[in-house]
Amino acid sequence: MKFDTPATTNPIDQLKVVGQPVDRIDGRLKTTGQAPYAYEHNDAVRDHAYGYVVGAAIAKGRITGMDLRAARAAPGVLAVVTAENAGALGKGRMNTARLLAGPEVDHYHQAVAVVVAETFEQARDAAQMVQVSYAGAEGAFDLAAARDLAEKVDQSASATGDFEGAFATAPVQLDATYTTPDQSHAMMEPHASIAAWDGDRLVVWTSNQMIEWGAGDLARTLNMPREKVRLISPFIGGGFGGKLFLRTDAVMAALGSRAARRPVKVALQRPLMINNTTHRPATIQRIRIGTGRDGRIVAIGHESWSGDQPGGGPETAVDQTRLLYTGANRLTQLRLAVLDLPEGNAMRAPGEAPGLMALEIAMDEMAEKLGMDPVEFRVINDTQVDPNDTSRPFSRRQLVECLRTGAEQFGWSRRSARPGQAREGSWLLGMGVAAAFRNNLVMTSGARVRLDGRGEVTVETDMTDIGTGSYTIIAQTAAEMMGVTIDKVTVRLGDSSFPASAGSGGQWGANSSTAGVYAACVKLRNAVARKLGFNSADAVFEDGQVRAGNRSVTLAEAAGGEGMVAEDAIEFGELSKRFQQSTFGAHFVEVGVDAATGEVRIRRMLAVCAAGRILNPKTARSQVIGAMTMGVGGALMEELAVDTRRGFFVNHDLAAYEVPVHADIPHQEVIFLDEVDPMSSPMKAKGVGELGLCGVAAAIANAIYNATGVRVRDYPITLDKHLDRLPELA
Amino acid sequence: MKPFTYERATSPAEAAAAAARRPGAKFIAGGTNLLDLMKLQIETPAHLIDVNGLALDKLEPTPEGGLRIGALVRNTDLAADQRVRRDYGVLSRALLAGASGQLRNKATTAGNLLQRTRCPYFYDTNQPCNKRQPGSGCSALGGFSRQLAVVGHSEACIATNPSDMAVALRALDAVVETVKPDGTTRGIPIAEFHRLPGDTPHIETALEPGEFITAVTLPPPAGGRHVYRKVRDRASYAFALVSVAAVVQRDGTGRVALGGVAHRPWRVEAAEAEVPRGARAAMAAILANARPTHENAFKVTLAERALHAVLAEARG
Ligand SMILES: Cc1cc2nc3c(=O)[nH]c(=O)nc-3n(C[C@H](O)[C@H](O)[C@H](O)COP(=O)(O)OP(=O)(O)OC[C@H]3O[C@@H](n4cnc5c(N)ncnc54)[C@H](O)[C@@H]3O)c2cc1C
Ligand code: SF4
Repeated sequence: MKFDTPATTNPIDQLKVVGQPVDRIDGRLKTTGQAPYAYEHNDAVRDHAYGYVVGAAIAKGRITGMDLRAARAAPGVLAVVTAENAGALGKGRMNTARLLAGPEVDHYHQAVAVVVAETFEQARDAAQMVQVSYAGAEGAFDLAAARDLAEKVDQSASATGDFEGAFATAPVQLDATYTTPDQSHAMMEPHASIAAWDGDRLVVWTSNQMIEWGAGDLARTLNMPREKVRLISPFIGGGFGGKLFLRTDAVMAALGSRAARRPVKVALQRPLMINNTTHRPATIQRIRIGTGRDGRIVAIGHESWSGDQPGGGPETAVDQTRLLYTGANRLTQLRLAVLDLPEGNAMRAPGEAPGLMALEIAMDEMAEKLGMDPVEFRVINDTQVDPNDTSRPFSRRQLVECLRTGAEQFGWSRRSARPGQAREGSWLLGMGVAAAFRNNLVMTSGARVRLDGRGEVTVETDMTDIGTGSYTIIAQTAAEMMGVTIDKVTVRLGDSSFPASAGSGGQWGANSSTAGVYAACVKLRNAVARKLGFNSADAVFEDGQVRAGNRSVTLAEAAGGEGMVAEDAIEFGELSKRFQQSTFGAHFVEVGVDAATGEVRIRRMLAVCAAGRILNPKTARSQVIGAMTMGVGGALMEELAVDTRRGFFVNHDLAAYEVPVHADIPHQEVIFLDEVDPMSSPMKAKGVGELGLCGVAAAIANAIYNATGVRVRDYPITLDKHLDRLPELA
Repeated sequence: MKPFTYERATSPAEAAAAAARRPGAKFIAGGTNLLDLMKLQIETPAHLIDVNGLALDKLEPTPEGGLRIGALVRNTDLAADQRVRRDYGVLSRALLAGASGQLRNKATTAGNLLQRTRCPYFYDTNQPCNKRQPGSGCSALGGFSRQLAVVGHSEACIATNPSDMAVALRALDAVVETVKPDGTTRGIPIAEFHRLPGDTPHIETALEPGEFITAVTLPPPAGGRHVYRKVRDRASYAFALVSVAAVVQRDGTGRVALGGVAHRPWRVEAAEAEVPRGARAAMAAILANARPTHENAFKVTLAERALHAVLAEARG
């Protein structure tokens, strides 16, 4: 189905099932421990062995020798695979660095070997006997030091009007630089895979957000035909972008299995995850804003520097600045430095998350310079059209409504405009606001829908559920379309033998994948109507029956003994070019800052989101509160500590890379504005999973400033960054 | 993890003797620290002596009016004990500020005293570390040192002791009771129990090879207000940037021990004369010899400000 004209009324609009706060249909499996995660497919795979990955001990250089004798002779060892005996390997399209080092080493903890043994303990013990000698090479590990060598990234550059001229003459100006650190996805489930060969065919049970990308890149890496690779990933214990791509667990399991002639399972040990896989790259961001005395933006410029492995890409931290606020004169530019740290790549809301961390502090600073309320300053700079091309409207943009609703609900009027005024005992109190913005991406997505002789519906698509609720919203979509209750729908996901879907990434998954299911259901409805001799436009699917005029047939009868199957995909046309499709929100936060120690503690948080139709308010709320929690991490504690001499992230476990714990998150609220966006898809939905993160950290930063009067522009805002500027103690 | 042999100890003295007989042997109590380190091959004992069956899990009054804490009393039970809460509140509060409920259920008094540093380089066997591998160098010097020591450290090691409990015990003048492999017993004052790193950061305590901890004894209650303040980057489940254990009397005198600043709980008795004059004077004396790195210089300010808050709480 091609989606190239705005959606009109369709069966989804009944909202009998879609739009309802339905419990997760996979909830029972998960809470009872029966949902098999990647490492747990023990029923499917018999007689498996265990692989343990050895990571490079240097950041850059070459391997000069490997002594595998002790490892090979260790008890239970079946095979040791290194670049020497792995055979020729290709590289995945989505990978920057190779997934098996040798002889060159591109980054710290890049895999150099996998040791396969009968038991996990034997594999781990033998892995520690692998002796590798290296010749280290000089590398670049320090973004600040490499900043001047960074090159402009062409496709990122945009300029409208005369930014420099307009900024120079603007009556009120801000020119400030902000930094965001490298961050780790730090999801609970590690990267894990079980590989089993059947002749020249390979099946891999894995934990991957994008089945089609993963299967393609695994085939490319192993130099084998794509159709001989099957990926299965029904449940994923979190990804946040860390599992968008093929990673070494799948490759090492496949190579280890080939060498050991046994199925092999590999999970990356936690200390390897941080330097072996991808992370969100650090940024340095310069923001310039010029306004008139009335607060209207006349010039807005945003430049960002980040680094990556040779051949890698930038963190696109300036994207939102092209679209979020009005202003006739605009400039955005990314610059990319070559760094020899581990590979940078997407983490939840890539681009906008770090971009808004900076931009939305800048907006707060500007409001203060103008003596304006930060909500009002944002409101007067709203735009309903793409400011770079005013003939392109936003499909639906309710930023102002989000800000106004949030201010009202949060009690924003109680905020003191002057910082450092509110106090409760030993706590300095402050409130902060930030706008949330994330583009709405759409991706081709396919599904197969089967109606059986009992009137039950089965949906198959390679869409993944990374804890987000995909199973549930897909079941809701199919139930709504076919006129059955949700318990009559079975959803099967995450298998590359199912139709290729949008996958889970970039918050495109919910809207695109349900739209794909919608398309397949439309096809199935038409087939049912045709079979019954109904005019498909008149056929009503309701209560397990199909009706037209005064004729009514149960779905079971309609399907007959053989059942009926339809497969289709949603393909998106030009609407996303003609209309700017984005999601909006506003975050409000109240913090307390300990007047003595500078410790920051969140008191309450509110997110107001306008993101198209909310397919399931319960799972959507979970996405947003989870994202807000991640925003607290980004604001207050998350930072991969770079050892700029040795070239690696030092705090490579969950004791040292801190993420929020329950005690950090006392009170969260989420409001979804009523919205449908007929430009986005037949579902009229957009994404929320990343929107919820965008702007959170800046709202916290602004609240801290409001509490203390000390402006910190370097994340995370740990107490040492403002301690020596806090008021003297009496 | 290296393969190891295993036995269950039958008595404290026998545990010590067994440890002396088997070079490379280690006691295992709750295992919450030792097992993690074994998985990473930072600890590689060839033999484990499980001491959990020993009846050392009781709290008993001492004839002098103090309290004797068995080596195997779990952190949860110690923190919840009525006598501890009433008379040694700083200890209860320090324990509850540490780790998580699940870990405290397993963690023992002796194991907590002997937990090893959280210096991140110590945990990465690719990196030089004098504590893990004597003579290999110290990666933290000139590296990521935000968490590490500001006082009492050496060129060989700038690690900190991560225990919260030990800081409170230092303020309470506890005594560590042991039995040696030859069967003799002794009491080691807590002030002498943990060592500064010097040239031998791998030797962390006064314990001799095989020496086994049987109990920790607290002297009679010191009275006063007991405060434990742990400052950290998140609200719970994190090691201290700085912590302050204080016992403050009505007249403003008091004892102060610091965590998170040194290779051992940091207390300078001579400096405590300054406590009545306030946090600034007291901390200037307590951290007089501080030599922080660029990354952890804030700890000196933080310690002073935390003490200020602690003294205010004690007065309040
Ligand atoms: C995630 C995490 C977070 C933590 N957070 C904190 C925190 O915030 N604050 C804090 O203070 N601690 C914290 N800890 C550390 C925790 O307190 C210790 O792991 C625990 O106290 C160790 O006790 P155990 O009985 O498990 O020791 P074990 O691991 O069994 O033993 C530790 C050491 O003591 C030796 N040993 C044990 N008993 C004896 C004995 N009777 N005589 C001689 N030697 C003995 C062992 O041989 C071993 O070397 C944390 C730990 C973890 C894993
Ligand atoms: S500070 Fe101590 S523990 Fe850390 S690397 Fe140096 S020697 Fe090792």
